[in-house]
Amino acid sequence: MSMLRKLNGPQTMGNSRAFWAGFVAMLAIALLYPAVSDPYDVGNVAYLLIFTLTALGLSLMWGYTGMFSFGQTAFFGVAGYSYGVISINLAASGAMTLLCLLGAIAVAALFALLLGYFLIYGRVSGVFFGIVTFATTLALAAFFGQTAGPEWAIGQARFNGFNGMIGMPPLELPWSGDVIVLEGNALYYFVLGLLLVIYLGLRVLVNSRFGNVLVAIREDPLRTELLGYDVRKYQLVAFVIGSSLAALSGGLYTAWGQFIPPASMGLPAAAMPIIWVAFSGRQDLTATMVGTFLLLLMFQTITVYSQQYALILMGFLLLLTVLLVPSGFVYGIARSLSLIGRRDKPGPEPVLRAGAEGPSS
Amino acid sequence: MTAILQTRALGKHFGGLSAVSDVNLEVAAGEIHCLIGPNGAGKSTLFKLVAGTYAPSDGEVLFRGENVTRRKTYERVERGMSVKLQVPSVFRELPVAQNLEVALQRKSSGRALEREKQRLLEFLQLQDDADRPAGILSHGQQQWLEIGMAVALEPALLLLDEPTAGMSPFETERTGEMIKRLNAEGMTMLVVEHDMTFVRQIAQRITVLHLGRVFAQGGIDAIIADPRVEEIYLGKGHGH
Repeated sequence: MSMLRKLNGPQTMGNSRAFWAGFVAMLAIALLYPAVSDPYDVGNVAYLLIFTLTALGLSLMWGYTGMFSFGQTAFFGVAGYSYGVISINLAASGAMTLLCLLGAIAVAALFALLLGYFLIYGRVSGVFFGIVTFATTLALAAFFGQTAGPEWAIGQARFNGFNGMIGMPPLELPWSGDVIVLEGNALYYFVLGLLLVIYLGLRVLVNSRFGNVLVAIREDPLRTELLGYDVRKYQLVAFVIGSSLAALSGGLYTAWGQFIPPASMGLPAAAMPIIWVAFSGRQDLTATMVGTFLLLLMFQTITVYSQQYALILMGFLLLLTVLLVPSGFVYGIARSLSLIGRRDKPGPEPVLRAGAEGPSS
Repeated sequence: MTAILQTRALGKHFGGLSAVSDVNLEVAAGEIHCLIGPNGAGKSTLFKLVAGTYAPSDGEVLFRGENVTRRKTYERVERGMSVKLQVPSVFRELPVAQNLEVALQRKSSGRALEREKQRLLEFLQLQDDADRPAGILSHGQQQWLEIGMAVALEPALLLLDEPTAGMSPFETERTGEMIKRLNAEGMTMLVVEHDMTFVRQIAQRITVLHLGRVFAQGGIDAIIADPRVEEIYLGKGHGH
C-alpha cells in the first residue's frame, strides 16, 4: 500500500485524480489500438515504445540525478549484441529467448557498473561525464564497425562489421503449452506491459526516499553529502538503472528486427535520446515518455520521405528547446495547462545546466 | 567536561603555504565554541578539516573518542556531525519542506517526520514558504533553512561556518537567538565567525586563530579582555 502511495509525489507531474483518469483512458486506447489497426502499424508502434525505455532511463539519470549521460546507445548496443551472441549460440527458442534477453541486460548492466564506477568514483563530473560516455559509445560503434572479417565472431555469432549482426531469434513467450512469437500484436502488448510496469515502478522510485536523495544530488551534491548520504553510491545506482533501461531497449530492438548494427551506437543514434528527453522535459517521467513517443512518431513519419530532413528537424527542435523552453516542451505545456504542477519555479533553467553540474562529490 | 571533538597537531599545507599548523582544539560537550581570527587566519580551512571536506597534511581529528581523520564527510555525518557551510547551499529547485525532508528522512518517517518538519518550519519561521522553491527565499532565509537542515539530523556536534555572513543586523540577532535556543536544548556547536558582536552574543568559549595557529584560547570574557587579541584584530587594520 505504501508503495502505491509513492506513485504520486513531488517528483512527478500528474498526481491528481484527473491525471489518473486520463492515464487509464490512454491505457484503454492503447489496449484497444491493435483491434482497429493492422499488425504492421501495431508492430511499428511497438518499435517506438521500445525506445521510450531508453528515454525514461536518461530522464532518471539526467533529469532527476543531474548526470548528463551521452552514452545510452552504448548500453543499447552492448545489450543488442549480447542478445545476439547468447541466443545464437544457444540456438534459443521458447522461454529461453527471454532468459537470453535477461542475460543481455545483465551484461550491459555490468558494463554500466564498471564504467559508472570509474567515472563516478574517479570524480568525473559535469560535461566531462557527457564527453566520456559519448566517447564510449563512439568507440564501441567504431569497434563493431571493423568486425567484418570471419575472425570476429563469438561461437556461431558473427559480428559482420558495418552490416551488423543478424540471425538471432525473436522473443518467444510460452503460453499454455504453446509458444507465442513476440511480433506484431503480441510484441506490442509485451512492450506495452513492460513500459507500464517500468513507468509506474520509476514513479514509485523517484517519489521514494531514494528519489528524494537523487533530486537533492542534482541540486547540490555537496549539501547532500553533508546530510550524511554516500552521494557516489546513489549516483552509481541511478546510472546502472538508467543504463539498464537502455539495455532493455537494445535487447528488445534486436529481437524485434533480428538485427543489430554498429550504427545503433554511432553519433546520430547517440544524440537522439538527448533530443527526445530535452525536448520532452527531462525532469519528469511522464513528460519524457509522452514527448519521446510523439517525437519518434514524427521522426518515423518524416523518415519515410527523407532521413536527412528528419535529422535536421531533430537538431532544430533541440535548438528551439534550448532557446525557448529549456525545461522541455511537453513539461512546459503540461505545466502551463496547470496539469497539476505543484512547483512554482523562479524561471526557466538552461537546458544543459544540470548536466554541466553533473555528478561530483 | 568531556571533549566531543579534539584535534591533535592538525595541519594543512597548500604547496608551500601552510594554512593551518599544529592546531590542538578541544570542543567540550554542551558548549558553544567560537573560532575567531582575522581574515586569512585559517578558520575556514580548519573548519573543513574538521568536516572532512579537506584531508589534513598532518595530525588527527577525534570525534566522540573515535579517530575520524580518514573518514569521509558523509561518514562523519553518520557519526553525529552536522555541517552548515558559509555560502548558503540549499536545494534551490525543491520546495522548502522537501529540503527539510531530505534531511529528516535519515532519522524518521511517516507521521513522526511530518511532526518534526512542522516543528522545524515553525522554528525557522518558514511555515508560509513551505511549498515554495528554496531558491526564491531571501539570503537570510536560505541560511536559516540550511541551519534547519543541519539541525534536522539531530547532531551531537553542529559545525557552523559564518552562519551570519551577508545577514542584516536584525537577521544576525535572530540567528543568535536560534543558536542559543538549540544550545539550551543540549546541542554542542563549533562556530566560525568574525563578527565580534555576534560572537559576544553566543560564545561560551573561544579559540583565536592567527596565521594558522592557535593564538589564544579561553572563556569569552578573558579573550575579549586580552589586549593581544585586540591587537591582531585592530592593530593591523583588520578591524571588524
